[in-house]
Amino acid sequence: MTHPSDTGPAPVLALEDISKSFGAVRALRDVSLRLFPGEVHALAGENGAGKSTLIKTLAGVHRPDAGRVLLDGEPVVFHGPGDARDAGIAVIYQEPTLFPDLSIAENIFMGRQPRRAFGRIDHRATRAATEALMRRLGVDLDPDRPARGLSIADQQIVEIAKALSFEARVLVMDEPTAALTGSEVARLFGVVRTLRDQGAAVLFISHRLEEIFQICRRVTTLRDGGLISSEPLDGMTEDDLVRRMVGRDLDELYPKQDVTAGEVALSVKRLTREGVFTDISFEVRRGEIVGLAGLVGAGRTEVARAVFGIDRWDAGGVEVDGRALTNGAPSTAMAAGLALVPEDRRAQGLVMGMSIERNIGLTGLRTTVRAGLMDRGAERSRSLDWAVRLQVKYSRIADAVSTLSGGNQQKVVLAKWLATGPGVLIVDEPTRGIDVGTKAEVHRLLSQLAADGVAVLMISSDLPEILGMADRVLVMHEGRLTAEIPRAEATEETVMAAATGRAAA
Amino acid sequence: MPESLSRAVRWDTVVGALLIVLLLLSFGCVDGFGNALNLSFLLGNTLPIALIALPMTLLVVSGEIDLSVASTAGLSGAVMGRLWNEGMAIETIVPLCLLLGVCCGLVNGLLVTRLGLPSLAVTIGTLAAYRGIAQIVLGSDAVTDFPTQYLDFAAGRIGDTFLPQAFLPFLVLLAVAVVALHATPFGRSLFAIGASEEAARFAGIRVRRQKLVLFVLTGLMASLTGVFWALHYASARYDNATGLELSVVAAVLLGGIDFDGGRGTLGGAIAGVFLLGALQNVMSLLNVSAQSQIVVTGVLLVVSVLGPRVARQISVARAGRRAADPTPTP
Repeated sequence: MTHPSDTGPAPVLALEDISKSFGAVRALRDVSLRLFPGEVHALAGENGAGKSTLIKTLAGVHRPDAGRVLLDGEPVVFHGPGDARDAGIAVIYQEPTLFPDLSIAENIFMGRQPRRAFGRIDHRATRAATEALMRRLGVDLDPDRPARGLSIADQQIVEIAKALSFEARVLVMDEPTAALTGSEVARLFGVVRTLRDQGAAVLFISHRLEEIFQICRRVTTLRDGGLISSEPLDGMTEDDLVRRMVGRDLDELYPKQDVTAGEVALSVKRLTREGVFTDISFEVRRGEIVGLAGLVGAGRTEVARAVFGIDRWDAGGVEVDGRALTNGAPSTAMAAGLALVPEDRRAQGLVMGMSIERNIGLTGLRTTVRAGLMDRGAERSRSLDWAVRLQVKYSRIADAVSTLSGGNQQKVVLAKWLATGPGVLIVDEPTRGIDVGTKAEVHRLLSQLAADGVAVLMISSDLPEILGMADRVLVMHEGRLTAEIPRAEATEETVMAAATGRAAA
Repeated sequence: MPESLSRAVRWDTVVGALLIVLLLLSFGCVDGFGNALNLSFLLGNTLPIALIALPMTLLVVSGEIDLSVASTAGLSGAVMGRLWNEGMAIETIVPLCLLLGVCCGLVNGLLVTRLGLPSLAVTIGTLAAYRGIAQIVLGSDAVTDFPTQYLDFAAGRIGDTFLPQAFLPFLVLLAVAVVALHATPFGRSLFAIGASEEAARFAGIRVRRQKLVLFVLTGLMASLTGVFWALHYASARYDNATGLELSVVAAVLLGGIDFDGGRGTLGGAIAGVFLLGALQNVMSLLNVSAQSQIVVTGVLLVVSVLGPRVARQISVARAGRRAADPTPTP
């Protein structure tokens, strides 16, 4: 690996004093960034720090109000995403958008397939070109497989291959690991290292700090639209990086309190949903945080959905405080004191067009009622109370939740459910895609809830989060519980072994 | 005040303003519009649309639609005529007709909520089926000899005013519907279901049950309208109220109820109903040909789908500018 320095290779892409405003909001102020070939560069910052605007400026989506973009030292102006792509800049988003019914090869060469006589598509050449790309990336994916059914990790690989087919020299990866499991992240990093060694410049965005340290050489930190620093990661600690991002010292990321577990609050007995999960039994006691780990697709979310009543179960049963729940009835689960903060906050957790007030109010349709009518005063004070308690940052409680940042949206989902005063709280990926400051707040909140006697079941693909917060770790593999590991014995190795089915149970 | 500004471009307010402008112009410039007889015609002809628009608004807010309402009304009228011919008492017939409407709604609702079929397709099917049954029931007869006190009620006016007697019961139903949609947990849940069915389900709202209730209510109101129609025009025929569903849907959309669900107010929908009714009345007074009236109604339908979107984009732009102002957070 080459070590670019002031005397080394010139930056392939540079931003100089870029500013961009939307109305009165200054999203970027005099931000500079230099990307060198053969280097993985981290872009760090909380939600709302300006990372997305910076990426969109690189991708040609936004045009800067001031400042220059230099490609190989020459100023360029991108009039749209096509210009940026032609200049060799590719952006890989968190959730790829492939055509599900087309094959991998067809997706990669969509609209520019190699042709034979009479304009017919040359499938053999398309296939061969795709195989060559996969070889360059060092991954084994069948070009003829349809995109439908590919894991998000595989879809990202396809997107990267597509970028390569455009001769991309700069690869921007916007939170590519958010939905990946540990082994998928490892494979992705293998691909990134391969690209780096072939001379590509990679800009890497992740909320997981350990990943930044694992794969990046330098880091540029943004805060409130301004450039804080651009420096090598050598010699920096995670705390140093967090301090630059949030502008203050952060309390511990995993503030787990020791709580003596009380009565059994949630009891799941031999729960089975045919073809999805089988024979799931576990208990969660008051004051406990139980982690539910496993690979994406292991059936964790499906168990949570069935317990809450979104899906029906085929056999077994669920009890909350000793009372059996009705199969497939979220309203009775709620009445029993169960709350579920779902995995997908935009589609399941919130009604995006509705106000913060009304979203929190949705779980109170049975309680904030007077003489059969909505008690608007009670609804507003309930919503305000919880929005303030969770420190949601908003301008007005009547604003649509779609105007909030991801972290604040997640707080609204939590507020909505905590307002029901649950005895059992199930959280599914509670901190996915939210910034480190808010993440610590959510963890502190979960810890406090447990200390107050709530039974918490936490599903997470973020292993450090599971290890840092859970009193016990349940692990699922292919629809079955494969391990129950006490906090003292839970390590990345023991959990991953059970999650990949290698454990001796 | 930015708030009053962005409220002012709300589409339902626009429709209300248009209605007032049209009424003022008509009173001033259209001969024969302002006399009591014409006004009572206008209201009497618009009432069937208004009655069905009440449950239809709730249904569209929740993201569904029922196109079989006019056929349900026709079927009720046909059954009413047949049973009357058979010699049954009208006091027995009317409840039976309403029960029939409940059944029609139940069929629609079960097909949509239990089998998960799209309501647009289901109710186009039952639109044809219910009308077909109506024809089987009554053939091409027209039953006109209903008891005079009922005919008088359905066609009569309150004292010397232009208000039809049936207008008072309608106002009561309107009040009930406004409260149900805008002030009860039920109404709140309909907005949530229409905006995001999945999120509503995750909030413990019984989506399928609420929708079933709406389809049943719609069937009930459609059959009530069918009974009113037969009495108001003193004629029960199998083809009563044919095409009424289009007027209802056009009026509701014109009133700013989003076809995709989750948005709108009942006030806007009712303003839409009377705007459409008044426009048709004025065009008739001005001797506009029936064909041209259809063109105007068609154009209005397109405008009604476009208008609310444009109005919303203006409010969003205003809200965006407001949000961009450095206002302190609470």
